[in-house]
Amino acid sequence: MNQSLDYESVSYSRRIMEALRLDPVLLSLLLILASFGSLVLYSASGADLDVVVRQMTRIVFAMLLLVAIANIPLRMIRKFSIWLYIAGVAMLIAVMFFGEVGKGAQRWLNLGFIRFQPSEILKLAVPMIVAAYLANRVLPVGLKELLVSAVLVAIPVLLIARQPDLGTAILVGSAGFFVLFLAGVRWRVMISLGVLLSLMAPLLWKFALHDYQRKRILTLLDPESDPLGSGYHIIQSKIAIGSGGVYGKGWLNGTQSQLDFVPERSTDFIFSVLGEEFGFFGSLVLLLIYLAIIFRGLYIAAHSTENFGRLLAGALSLTFFVYLFVNTGMVTGMLPVVGVPLPLISYGGTSMVTLMMGFGLIMSIRSAKRFLV
Amino acid sequence: MSKREQLKDDYLENRLIRRRLVLAAVFSVVLLSVVLGRLYVLQIVEHEHFSTLSDSNRVRIKALPPARGLIYDRHGVVMADNLPAYRLEIVREQVPDLEATLQQLKQYVDYDDQDLKRFQQSLARRRPFESIPLRLNLNDEEVARMAVNLHKFEGVEINARLTRNYPLGAHAIHALGYVGRIDEKDLRKVSEVDYAGSTHIGKLGLEKFYENELHGEVGLQQVEVNARGRTLRVLSETPPLQGNNLHLTIDSSLQKVAEEAFAEYTGAAVAIDPNNGEILALVSMPVFDPNLFVNGISYDNYYALRDSPRRPLFNRALSGQYPPGSTTKPFYGLLGLESAVSRKEQKIFCIGYYKLPNEPRRYRDWKKEGHGRMDLHNAVTQSCDVYFYDLAYRLGIDRMSAFLDKFGFGAKTGVDSTGERSGLLPSREWKRGHDGMPWFPGETLITGIGQGAFLVTPLQLANSTAALALRGVRYRPHLVRSVEMIPEYNRVEIGSRISGQYELLNEKNWEHVHKAMINVVHGLRGTAHRIGRGLQYKAAGKTGTAQVFEVAQDEEYDEEEVIERLRDHALFISYAPADNPRIAVAVIVENGGHGSSVAAPIARRIMDAYLLDKS
Repeated sequence: MNQSLDYESVSYSRRIMEALRLDPVLLSLLLILASFGSLVLYSASGADLDVVVRQMTRIVFAMLLLVAIANIPLRMIRKFSIWLYIAGVAMLIAVMFFGEVGKGAQRWLNLGFIRFQPSEILKLAVPMIVAAYLANRVLPVGLKELLVSAVLVAIPVLLIARQPDLGTAILVGSAGFFVLFLAGVRWRVMISLGVLLSLMAPLLWKFALHDYQRKRILTLLDPESDPLGSGYHIIQSKIAIGSGGVYGKGWLNGTQSQLDFVPERSTDFIFSVLGEEFGFFGSLVLLLIYLAIIFRGLYIAAHSTENFGRLLAGALSLTFFVYLFVNTGMVTGMLPVVGVPLPLISYGGTSMVTLMMGFGLIMSIRSAKRFLV
Repeated sequence: MSKREQLKDDYLENRLIRRRLVLAAVFSVVLLSVVLGRLYVLQIVEHEHFSTLSDSNRVRIKALPPARGLIYDRHGVVMADNLPAYRLEIVREQVPDLEATLQQLKQYVDYDDQDLKRFQQSLARRRPFESIPLRLNLNDEEVARMAVNLHKFEGVEINARLTRNYPLGAHAIHALGYVGRIDEKDLRKVSEVDYAGSTHIGKLGLEKFYENELHGEVGLQQVEVNARGRTLRVLSETPPLQGNNLHLTIDSSLQKVAEEAFAEYTGAAVAIDPNNGEILALVSMPVFDPNLFVNGISYDNYYALRDSPRRPLFNRALSGQYPPGSTTKPFYGLLGLESAVSRKEQKIFCIGYYKLPNEPRRYRDWKKEGHGRMDLHNAVTQSCDVYFYDLAYRLGIDRMSAFLDKFGFGAKTGVDSTGERSGLLPSREWKRGHDGMPWFPGETLITGIGQGAFLVTPLQLANSTAALALRGVRYRPHLVRSVEMIPEYNRVEIGSRISGQYELLNEKNWEHVHKAMINVVHGLRGTAHRIGRGLQYKAAGKTGTAQVFEVAQDEEYDEEEVIERLRDHALFISYAPADNPRIAVAVIVENGGHGSSVAAPIARRIMDAYLLDKS
């Protein structure tokens, strides 16, 4: 009796999932991550419930968007790619002229009723347009396709890097790159590009980077050289994580975090709080949840029935990984400080919404398979 | 396209993508292992090390604010320095209950809502172990009262910090400007690190213009503190570097004389050395005490200054714009000769008004009954309007504005301070851009006596006078003579720069106008002959009266009846000694009536003080 009831309820919730075209596995993982994140955020905000409530409101809003997008048929998404891309690039150009300046960079566009960063749109639009473009070409990609795709990626990336917003430029760039990688760009080409890039590195260092960006990279090599500026972030973040030990100091008990030694502790540096309070064990659990989400995304990509879905789902999942890697690399002092948040945990709405929309796309790709097979 | 479509093999492509997906998955795992490895090193291998650091995370970095550079006048008199002043400061981390502490402190030291607001703003910005000022500038009584009760308050300190002080008080305020507490707006403009210890920033005038020179470099102190945050010892220190000192061109004693010469009048005066553009005195009356602003002016004091009808906060010397009136006549006279539109012996007959052909309107002379036969020399000496109406009519506006432009009218002088305005030199192009209307001949006449839309700033007028004194060579006026670099203490001269030049076609033309201007002061019929009496050197000058209130065609201007605010502005420009000019002066007295009676005596006192004191 009991068992049959259980079975009934399970199948009932599964039916709901199917009706909403959601992937129960991915959705549960996202919910687990968001809950864990709220717990950490509560501590990072100095036990400020308001902050957590605001963040949860954002999660709910982002989840609604996720459901909405999951219900758009994949072919419509594919058709829509080009318009989203054009609109995104147009807005990036608009930002250059009319954008609002915040913290020394021109990133925000104010449309009167809403204020947002157009660069966020490109995080989705770039993999979408490249995947749509390559989907009905012969794979592995030829030189012509490679060049066209490279231009499609380079335009928004350069515009974003100019703002300057290096973090987002890296994310958008890697999203485009991953589509190409999955579409089978030959190893020769990739290696020669890599060699070319490393040869150009000194030039890029000299001309492409802003002073503050150069400073951050130098700071990474020698944090003590700038103990009041960004070196301070790295030093304090490392002390926080290192002092956490195996099991951590316990929730709400991290001295580094609670006494405000860790800067930006509820946004970009929230991983330091987790490392201090939950230790190596907690960090490991978190990384495993992330890995599970990425693997689920790659699984959906592998089981999609058409190239557009395969390429897009794969690229989005891998971009999600880049978020994770850049952020954790930054707080542990392996990578320079670039403004990339810990996905779905850092306080703030913009990246949260984009990420959830991305997962909406992945779920739409998954249902497209269902209906075709 | 269709050929390629046929070549598409979904099976092969799927296999390719899957292979790449697997590869990417492996790659992600590898990279995440690197992160995990890093975490392992930090959290397990080096845990002891970081744990110790965290337990006694007591090595802290304190910012040491630099002392602001000093400002001296041209003879080394200190105009701005720094004095130790006591501040009540709070270290948040050490205070058990901030609210209660703030409440209790009120018994001993009075602070207002403004102090509290600033305190809370800094609180949000600074790290919890930094001491944040609640009240600046405690008086002796407050310090004593706090010192006795300090043991009751944890985390509350009284610290002596250097604070900006202006020993001359209100004197030269409009030349110096002042510093004030850093606010949100300033914070967006400066580097957080450079200003980590600073509480003040230049807000106005020189103090703002030379902020980068004056501020200095922040110092660092690594200190070890105990668990409660008290400093145990200093581990290492990089001392702050004092800001560079400024040596001004201003002569503070001349400045004082000039300010006193104004007595109760409102207005501005600027004295320039025409040979290099050094500003000797820059006066805007009335003045106010900049020391009030340093530690945050109280609302009452501020409103009193802001709402005073004489507007002491307004820097008239740089930002005030006035019609130049008859002070433009020597320039037009020179233009008439240079362009051969008039000859020096050529005479017109002044009947007290001038009429354009085909226009009924009468353009009046200030002297109702007229001046009679006038040549250029007499027209300048007696300031005959009709002569210059006629000259303007024959010159035309285009020639007039092009010529005056060469003397710096209608453009910023580029002085090294803030708030300078450009004045307005009327021209055909300006009129079209301004209201889309064509230029009317009547406007040429009015411009010909320095009225109408024509506006100058006192600084501009002084600088143009200096250029006239130097036969057309115009320097960029400046307030800073040299910057004394710290720590080397070597002086870097701010060189004089020529900013414009008019080359005379014939030196005699200039001589002629020059003589007329000398006659203004020394001639019996000169409009400023009253100041020429007993003058120990020769001066050249020109009076001016600028209309504030327009008199209708059939009315007469009655000085007694017009209320003070609408009374004419009095102007006077001058340079001396006439044969080898060392000083050029422009004086504007708001609502002072005639230039001869009010403005000229002020100019004389300035020139006397400068030329006679030293010889």
